[in-house]
Amino acid sequence: MTILEVRNLHATVEGKEILRGIDLTVSPGEVHAIMGPNGSGKSTLAQVLAGHPAYQVTQGSIAYLGKDLLDLDPEERAREGLFLAFQYPVSVRGITNAYFLRAAVNAVRKARGLEEYDPIDFLEILQAKLKTIGWDDSLMNRPVNEGFSGGEKKRNEILQMAVLEPTLAVLDETDSGLDIDALKTVAEAVTRLKRPESATILVTHYQRLLNYIIPDRVHVLLEGRMVKSGGRELALELEARGYDWTRPEAAVA
Amino acid sequence: MHWLGALRKQAITRFSQVGFPSTHQEDWRFTNVQSIAEGAFAIGTPAPNTLSEAQLNELAGTADHEPRLVFVDGVWSAALSRLSGLPRGVRVESLSHAVLETPEIVSRHLARYAKYQENSFTALSTAFLRDGAFVHFGRDVEWDHPIQIIFAASGSEGLAIYPRCLVVVEERAKAVVQELHTGAAGRYFTNAVTEVVVSSGARLEHCRIQRDAEDAYHVATTQSHQGPDSVLESCSVAFGAGLSRHDVGAVLDGPGAYLTLNGLSVLSGRQHADHHTVIDHAQPHCESHELFNGVFDEQARGVFNGRIVVRPGAQRTDSKQTNNNLLLSKEARADSQPQLEIYADDVKCTHGATLGPLDDTSMFYLRSRGIDVREARKLLTYGFGADIVGRVRSEPIRRDLNRMLVDRLSRLPMGEMPS
Ligand SMILES: Nc1ncnc2c1ncn2[C@@H]1O[C@H](COP(=O)(O)OP(=O)(O)O)[C@@H](O)[C@H]1O
Ligand SMILES: [Mg+2]
Repeated sequence: MTILEVRNLHATVEGKEILRGIDLTVSPGEVHAIMGPNGSGKSTLAQVLAGHPAYQVTQGSIAYLGKDLLDLDPEERAREGLFLAFQYPVSVRGITNAYFLRAAVNAVRKARGLEEYDPIDFLEILQAKLKTIGWDDSLMNRPVNEGFSGGEKKRNEILQMAVLEPTLAVLDETDSGLDIDALKTVAEAVTRLKRPESATILVTHYQRLLNYIIPDRVHVLLEGRMVKSGGRELALELEARGYDWTRPEAAVA
Repeated sequence: MHWLGALRKQAITRFSQVGFPSTHQEDWRFTNVQSIAEGAFAIGTPAPNTLSEAQLNELAGTADHEPRLVFVDGVWSAALSRLSGLPRGVRVESLSHAVLETPEIVSRHLARYAKYQENSFTALSTAFLRDGAFVHFGRDVEWDHPIQIIFAASGSEGLAIYPRCLVVVEERAKAVVQELHTGAAGRYFTNAVTEVVVSSGARLEHCRIQRDAEDAYHVATTQSHQGPDSVLESCSVAFGAGLSRHDVGAVLDGPGAYLTLNGLSVLSGRQHADHHTVIDHAQPHCESHELFNGVFDEQARGVFNGRIVVRPGAQRTDSKQTNNNLLLSKEARADSQPQLEIYADDVKCTHGATLGPLDDTSMFYLRSRGIDVREARKLLTYGFGADIVGRVRSEPIRRDLNRMLVDRLSRLPMGEMPS
């Protein structure tokens, strides 16, 4: 079954149309990259997938694992295995990372009729997870994202993803603001967490990340439309030539 | 004892001159104490044995601490207090005992910091000073075990209670003190004064928790005085009382003194809590961090007034003040007022305040992780309190306080809180 099927998606925010007809099909095992300059609507697409209430879908459809995604609340989407790594992760006052992660995992488990983890059990699971991706537990007892550096916030999003084991992960600019070492650790973690039945959408405006996570498909989003799709070589071409040549009017001229 | 009688007399004279404050006074603009003035509260006959041990533990809501000094309706209870096993150099006893044992130490400090001339409730409390708690750490004595002081109200109608604490930590000593005010029910009036001395190079964590009955009135002054290179970590929590007002004053009176002054209010119904803080940077090279959070539901009302004074010559002062107020209902209200008075030029002073309902972005972040709206609201609300509780350094106190927070939040209309 396809994981995601986006058809002619139009979305507005504050009455302004940002997405103007998006089509996208993602199958199990695939990595898709969505690229495009700042302001082209990449984060809007990501937020619409996660169900942010500020964005209105005015046309089109999104099927996720055969279900109408637009029928589901954000929390229901998460419980069905959709995960968004935020471009700007939010800090949560007073709630430690360990507590937050357990609350999230337990919310998902509860919804699936599974037994909830107590703090001790969860700590073991968390340690094992950290080991898999080769990270330490130094952020665990700090309030979620509070006073974290840019890199720590991005890493923290990946850790949440690791613990929640999503079917579809959307990573919104998880690479931006990372130095090359941090970028490698994040890319390695993402690669290690890949499962045959899951898929990943990488939203980025640099090709840099794609040196470490090889995408199956690359799409160019421009002014709310997918203007080009191709294989990995498209990313390299974008790197070399920029985005201007992908504009429809450029092709006409 | 002669000086003590004279002190009471001066205090009552002062109170009769000034009387109760009115809302025309700037410092009392938001807090109307008319119902206290007209409440016909009176000191009753002491009945220190009216509470059983089980009732006290229930009221205290804390683990079974030792040492603990217990006062019922302001009167020392020998039966409920537990004072064995104190290390050498640590004194925990009733003030009336300390006055007889070491009058020179008590008279050197008592009523020297919380000035009855400047606050009419302090004057009233000092005028009726009968007994209280005395904690003394001698030089170089270090003990991180919390000393628990409990002021429990039996719930007698119309009772006026005047608790008093004197905490003295001598040079380089280290101490942890938990001061708890509690009562199950009843319309009573507590008017407490605590004085804290942290001498040169000494360190104190002082956590004050007010969970008085919902019909009770609670007015208090806590005044601390710090010497050079001392550290004071202070926390003021208001969960109870219908009307409460806590004046917290801190003087950093030696170079290198460090203060954290945190506070938390969680209120609902028609509760009102007012925190007035004054941090006085009297000497150079001192640092203060102030963080007050408030959670207000239904028609509850919070007031925060944070005054910071940097005296001439107090160069290199580093001071940060933050006040966050969460309004869980449309009728809830919070007033926040910073008051910076800076008379030195080489200083770093910042302040900030937030006010409003739960933030939409945070709500969405939690929901995007599978947490439903109700749980997300509870979690974020709990976070406002846990932000303060998590900063308490003493683990036993932190655990107690967390349990009390969860209990307090569970009685907000929004329902039971995460465990
Ligand atoms: N919440 C919002 N409110 C108002 N405008 C928004 C909001 N989110 C996005 N936009 C606008 O939508 C456009 C696309 O933004 P975005 O999706 O963030 O682009 P990208 O992620 O590709 O940089 C921009 O013009 C941006 O200003
Ligand atoms: Mg973006």
